[in-house]
Amino acid sequence: MSVERDLFYAETHEWVKYLDGGRALIGISDHAQEQMGDVAFINLCDEGEIISAGDEVGDIESIKAVSEIYSPVSGTVSKVNDELLEDPAALNSDPYGAWLLELEGVTENNSLMDADEYEKFIEEE
Amino acid sequence: MSELIFDKSRSGRRCTAIPKCGLDEAAIPPEFKRSEKASLPEVAEVDLTRHYVNLSRKAYGVDNGFYPLGSCTMKYNPKVDEDAAELRGFNDIHPLQPSYTVQGALYAMDTLTKYLCEITGMDALTLQPAAGAHGEFTALSLIKAYLLDHGETKRDKLIVPDSAHGTNPASAAMCGFTVINVPSTPEGLVDIELLKNAVGDDTAALMLTNPNTAGKFDINIKEIADIIHGAGGLLYYDGANLNAVMGIVRPGDMGFDAVHLNLHKTFATPHGGGGPGSGPVGCKSILAPYLPGYTVKKDADGKFVFDRAEKTIGMMRSFYGNFLVCIKALSYIMTLGAEGIREAAENAVLNANYLMEKLKDTYDVPFKGTCMHEFVMCLEGLKKETGITASDVAKELIDMGIHPPTMYFPLIVHEALMLEPTETESRETLDNAVEALKKIYVMAHETPDILKAAPKTTPIGRPDETTAVRHPVLRA
Amino acid sequence: MLRGIGMTDIGDLFASIPDELKLKDKLDLPDPKTEFEVMDALSAAAEQNKIFKSCFRGAGAYRHFIPSVVKRLVSREEFVTAYTPYQAEMSQGVLQTIFEYQTTVCALTGMDVSNAGVYDGAQAAAEAVKMYKDKKRQKTVVSAAVRPMTLETIATYCNSAGTSLVVVPTKNGVTDIDALKAALDGDAASFYFEQPNYYGLVENAAEIIDAVHAAGAKAIMGCEPVSLALLKTPAEYGADAAVGEAQPLGMPLSFGGPYLGFMAVKTSDMRKLPGRIVGKTADDDGRDAYVLTLQAREQHIRREKASSSICSNEALCALTATIYCAALGKEGLCEVASQCHTKAVYAAEKICSVDGFKMKFDGFFFNEFVTTCPADTGAVMKALESKDILGGLPVKIDGEDCILWCVTEVNTAQEIELLKNVLEEAVK
Repeated sequence: MSVERDLFYAETHEWVKYLDGGRALIGISDHAQEQMGDVAFINLCDEGEIISAGDEVGDIESIKAVSEIYSPVSGTVSKVNDELLEDPAALNSDPYGAWLLELEGVTENNSLMDADEYEKFIEEE
Repeated sequence: MSELIFDKSRSGRRCTAIPKCGLDEAAIPPEFKRSEKASLPEVAEVDLTRHYVNLSRKAYGVDNGFYPLGSCTMKYNPKVDEDAAELRGFNDIHPLQPSYTVQGALYAMDTLTKYLCEITGMDALTLQPAAGAHGEFTALSLIKAYLLDHGETKRDKLIVPDSAHGTNPASAAMCGFTVINVPSTPEGLVDIELLKNAVGDDTAALMLTNPNTAGKFDINIKEIADIIHGAGGLLYYDGANLNAVMGIVRPGDMGFDAVHLNLHKTFATPHGGGGPGSGPVGCKSILAPYLPGYTVKKDADGKFVFDRAEKTIGMMRSFYGNFLVCIKALSYIMTLGAEGIREAAENAVLNANYLMEKLKDTYDVPFKGTCMHEFVMCLEGLKKETGITASDVAKELIDMGIHPPTMYFPLIVHEALMLEPTETESRETLDNAVEALKKIYVMAHETPDILKAAPKTTPIGRPDETTAVRHPVLRA
Repeated sequence: MLRGIGMTDIGDLFASIPDELKLKDKLDLPDPKTEFEVMDALSAAAEQNKIFKSCFRGAGAYRHFIPSVVKRLVSREEFVTAYTPYQAEMSQGVLQTIFEYQTTVCALTGMDVSNAGVYDGAQAAAEAVKMYKDKKRQKTVVSAAVRPMTLETIATYCNSAGTSLVVVPTKNGVTDIDALKAALDGDAASFYFEQPNYYGLVENAAEIIDAVHAAGAKAIMGCEPVSLALLKTPAEYGADAAVGEAQPLGMPLSFGGPYLGFMAVKTSDMRKLPGRIVGKTADDDGRDAYVLTLQAREQHIRREKASSSICSNEALCALTATIYCAALGKEGLCEVASQCHTKAVYAAEKICSVDGFKMKFDGFFFNEFVTTCPADTGAVMKALESKDILGGLPVKIDGEDCILWCVTEVNTAQEIELLKNVLEEAVK
């Protein structure tokens, strides 16, 4: 189980990677994909939707479970990772490469955890 | 090889012939005609018969062996019930025949309705719902119609314990209710304090299975009923587990306002590999004006006629319900009578307790004390010790000729196995299952690889479910 | 056994139930009966029901010939007494038959994906309507020319969900296209119509579906399965979903149930489908294996977020339909359909040769049709009953007393001749 260094994490196990120009990518952590097991299908919201931090932005179906995804930050959905929707198994093999959504006009969320804090959080959980 | 019936098709082969028409064929105009014939199989009767007889040998029913599937009440299905439902006078009658030509059918519906009202302590009942989940949706629709009719437009919250069947919250959502989940106590009962906090002037109803999926009768049921009624809400009884208490205590007397029954569980009609079942809904008189479909009454001449409730919520489906399933349940209740109904419940509970008593020193039984008709074992400890999961145990049971218990339910217990032996099993059958489960426990410690590789005696080993979901192949 | 668990009285098992709630007396039910007595009583009840020699009534339930092999095979105890096939390894028989059922439905409808079946045709329509509602589009539009019980079922489902329903009127017995276009606004999620419709008429499905799609809504076509052997399929018309009542495929009339609803969609809507679905995969040794799949859509996983609470699929009825279709086969089902149509056309001619009976509508019909009736319909029905004939269903259309007739392959030319003669006598 790995925790990528330069990302920020929510207690619901999503990560955010801030990009330049007020944009950000969001995805789920290695720990989250391990808990889910083999991912079979991903439902995501549409491009153009305006999201507040904590909003549900989709769900991930594994064989016998469904897990909701909550956005760690606020912004507007500018891209949906269509390639991932076609090949959801990538979420298991490369959780930090397999981003779900790109947001723009992002307000940074200071209540998120950094890598060290998140590592501690999942140990205690 | 598992050839499909379609694979056995050979052009020009026929099974059933139909008599010649004797009239000049009326053509279908080209604009309405399909371009190619549907690719249905072309097979001879002998090949058709062998195909399905061989498939039946790859299926497993109560008639094959022990089936302790928790919350499913897999009791033996008496054959006389099947014969009754095959009577031509019940099969070859059109649902839209005039009522005076179907007095026997209406009599049967009326009689079953009365029997089920008596068993549940309800005032009125509809036979229309086709299954348990359909009954839930029906009953919640009744409750919603009642509330709206009484100006209670703000009651949109439905309280559901976290031990409930998944159908409960799903049916609630179909009625536009918001589901409030109430956690259970460590004893598996409704947490009264949390319930008190959850109710309010927005409470529509509480959905409760009693005995619940932990196999416990909720001893606080009167208080629970008072809390809900006190807040202006109604009580809904999920009858999935009625087999434990029929003839002993009635939902109507516990304070429930509506109930659904599963004729395919409690009243011994066969499950058919997933239906047809039947999910009648009974209710107290306050909900009766909203009942769906058609109810039977007697007219001034003493003839049975169909009637519709004054403020009916409408139809839940076509016609009057799974009529032939109702005939089977009627035959079952007639066979048992008042004493038999009670004895069935007593023996179901006795069998479950016997099984639990024999297993509780081997497997962890999280909810202590006497159980009702079913009980839950927690295999989390075994998994930590040996790596053997509830699923591994289940698969080995298959190799021992026993259908596995319900796995991974209720959700409040990790690595759960839920056993419901039912009243129709003998002591020998139960002892045999105990022996099998104890043996598996030893194997988990000594030869876990055998369990991991089970089942070995079935036509296939464990299927690759991930591929099935990622790359769905849903037809030939 | 009781002593084995440390108890002496069976009542001890129920100690957790408060005494004041327990029944004081035994239930008010009759005394137990033996098998002989039960069959005697129920046979007597069954004999009170009139089985008509000839049946010209349909309207949602149809009398067809059922080959002996169907009932015999479906009655195999292994199928009858099995539960839902959760344990795939010991349920390959049930799972494979469902896979074959799904294949059969796809062959009949031309659609991509079928579920394992739902309760009946009306409920299938209601489930389909529900499937297409989303946050943006909540309104359901339905043709007035659908079976009344189906319309009522859809209405109940919409009412309970708190969403609106609009009914599009008919014109000459079929859906009024202009009224349909007017009803299809930006809130409309789907339009449901039946082919053939309640009056037996074949709708202009191409035009309907174009209009529905132009409005951004989904087209749900309710199909009669026997007619699908000959009539253009929902897939050919471009429908998004095909649903219907599968009772004509080998299930007896049985006073309205159990029947079977079928539901099929395009691949793009696969994950919206409610109910069970069986998929094909392999086991560790590469052997073909069938499993319940796409379960993350369903109530036991999604709970309040599931698209439906339905679990059972009327599996035994689905098996019945599958074996019926295989017994009749590719050619046989076409013959059945052709005879239904041919004999209905013949019957319509014969009935309308009787003074005062006229076709109510002039469109193309399959095996049901509506005529006017020059006399009191009740009296006409009585006259038919006296000759062991269940006449068509009396219906009122625009205030006029009419009769909805149904003819299938089991009705013979002689029966139709007799029907005509009785009608002549009845209206003299």
